[in-house]
Amino acid sequence: MSTLIEAVNLTRVLPAIVPVTLIKDVSLSVGEKEFVAVTGPSGSGKSSLLYLLGLLDRPTSGTLKIGGRDSGPMDEQERARTRLAMMGFVFQFHFLLPEFTVRENVEIPMRKLGQLSRPQMRERATELLESLGLAGHLDKRPDQLSGGQRQRVAVARSLANDPPIVLADEPTGSLDTKSSEQVFHILETLVRERNKTVIAVTHDVEMAARMDRRIHLVDGGIEEP
Amino acid sequence: MRLILEIAFTHIAGRGRQTLVAIVGVAVGVGFSVAMAALMQGGQDDFVEQLINTMPHVQITDERRTPPRQPAEEVFGAAAISGLRPREDRRGIINPTAALTWLRGWVPGQVAENLKAQGVIRYAGRDVGASIIGVDPDAERGVSPIVEDFVQGSFDRLRAGGNNILIGDTMASRLGAGLGDTITAVSSTGLSRNFKIAGLFHTGTTARDEGEAYVLLKNAQILSERANAINEIRIKLADPNAAPAVAKRTEAELGYKAMAWQEANESILEALVVRNVIMYTVVAAIMLVAGFGIFNIISTITHEKARDIAIMKSLGFAEADMRRLFLIEGVAIGAAGSLFGWLLGFSLVYALAQVRFELATTGQEMTRLPIAWSFLHYLLAAGFALASAAVAGYLPARRAAKLNPVDIIRGAT
Ligand SMILES: Nc1ncnc2c1ncn2[C@@H]1O[C@H](COP(=O)(O)OP(=O)(O)OP(=O)(O)O)[C@@H](O)[C@H]1O
Ligand SMILES: [Mg+2]
Repeated sequence: MSTLIEAVNLTRVLPAIVPVTLIKDVSLSVGEKEFVAVTGPSGSGKSSLLYLLGLLDRPTSGTLKIGGRDSGPMDEQERARTRLAMMGFVFQFHFLLPEFTVRENVEIPMRKLGQLSRPQMRERATELLESLGLAGHLDKRPDQLSGGQRQRVAVARSLANDPPIVLADEPTGSLDTKSSEQVFHILETLVRERNKTVIAVTHDVEMAARMDRRIHLVDGGIEEP
Repeated sequence: MRLILEIAFTHIAGRGRQTLVAIVGVAVGVGFSVAMAALMQGGQDDFVEQLINTMPHVQITDERRTPPRQPAEEVFGAAAISGLRPREDRRGIINPTAALTWLRGWVPGQVAENLKAQGVIRYAGRDVGASIIGVDPDAERGVSPIVEDFVQGSFDRLRAGGNNILIGDTMASRLGAGLGDTITAVSSTGLSRNFKIAGLFHTGTTARDEGEAYVLLKNAQILSERANAINEIRIKLADPNAAPAVAKRTEAELGYKAMAWQEANESILEALVVRNVIMYTVVAAIMLVAGFGIFNIISTITHEKARDIAIMKSLGFAEADMRRLFLIEGVAIGAAGSLFGWLLGFSLVYALAQVRFELATTGQEMTRLPIAWSFLHYLLAAGFALASAAVAGYLPARRAAKLNPVDIIRGAT
């Protein structure tokens, strides 16, 4: 099992008159097909860690390797490229582009990557959405869907370019119990059947317990249970 | 790239009314710039054309730009010679026949020689100072529009030979003389001869109408006691723009001062340049204002779409993509505005071209506004508009591209 994400002493300090330490000396290593929970009290730095791992933010110090490549020397363009090909994001709020239909939203990352033909993209988007139970909603706009449906569209979009890593920040945080269960089940399926590595921030202790591994953060640092 | 275009389009389409205002702003700017340029260029062309028609394109006089070297200077290679009394040159173009033959051999246009002498025209005890110009009627016809300007008599009467003279109508009225009267011309050397008025001209230029008198070249030479002399050669070219080159070659060969019409009217042409500078400044100012409209809408979009920017960045769009996106939006508005501006400009110019009015002072024929139809005006106005749109789009685009997605995602959750 090869290592997908390897962080050594990651630290992120927000520069200010009184600097705020978001992440402090975090070292971790995540391999293929892992289902990882990031837990911790509110304000402990869970989101901050996820942004660092997703190359949305740069660490103040420490090293981070994605798929064996050091992210430190990458320029902005390369980081964008790595996000595009290697990662999918799911946030607490769906974050879909409101002017585009559900299927177009899923197609956008594919079009940006540009490796498939347009009919292939369309086919793949349709397949992804149907597999997430959205068969009847392909041509709707995001605001015509329920919260749970939107979140599933976001999951479909995160899988658009078939990335090895899916990062989810409280993906079920704004959903009711039934939708939460559904989305959680989908994430679990991604790991078990599609060989993805999923790192999900969750407040839900019970959910975290059902995952392979738990990273517990307190005040920006990892606390061993 | 198509993707970026599509996203740009949805953004613009999402703000219909504001987009429309921005487009109208650009269109009005482009339209009025085109109309203004057509008017200004038209006026200028009109003016320059008159200049070209009335003036000789190259005028060769018997002057030199630098005083001729004195014989002593030719012989002794000294650095400075003082106390030398310059040899008195006889004025006039030396060896005129050779010079004229040489000129007629290569100049693409008409060449006419004349002898201009200062003198006095006298009639019934009244004196008027005048330039007495001796011309060859056949050659003169080719270089001077005065042939067309006769109110009484005609230029051709000069050709008949004899002691005929043509004077301006103003001079005639100052002298109290009319067609067929005999006047006396007195040269600066004191010689006087009688001439019969064979024609009266009116050029519209007062200095000429009251100060010029035309006689046969031979008569002028007799009057000024300079047989075979000429002191001016005028050239009318097929292509007025060739004048400086012709002047240069002539001056180099003959040594006499040869002045192209551009040089003679340098200050007027400079004034035209200043006028153009002012015009383009005004165009630029209009476009600047139109640019504010574009800046405003793109800024609004980038603020409104901050969340979308964060989403796209998290999906893997780079800063350059985001910059391009909003730049395209600005330029698209500029392009749409330019297109409508062209239509507006065309309509305005067309409308202006229909306007006719009567010049009150001369009370003559109906006049149209001088209008120049030039595609260049359209290109220039659109160029200005697009450049201003690009800048107006680029500034907010650059800021939007730099937005940190983390800040926005945090802010939204
Ligand atoms: N721009 C900022 N300025 C100051 N402090 C900040 C800023 N952004 C985040 N923080 C602080 O950093 C800490 C970590 O924030 P983060 O969002 O990563 O926590 P979290 O574990 O995701 O919390 P939650 O469970 O509420 O989502 C918090 O204490 C937060 O207040
Ligand atoms: Mg959080």
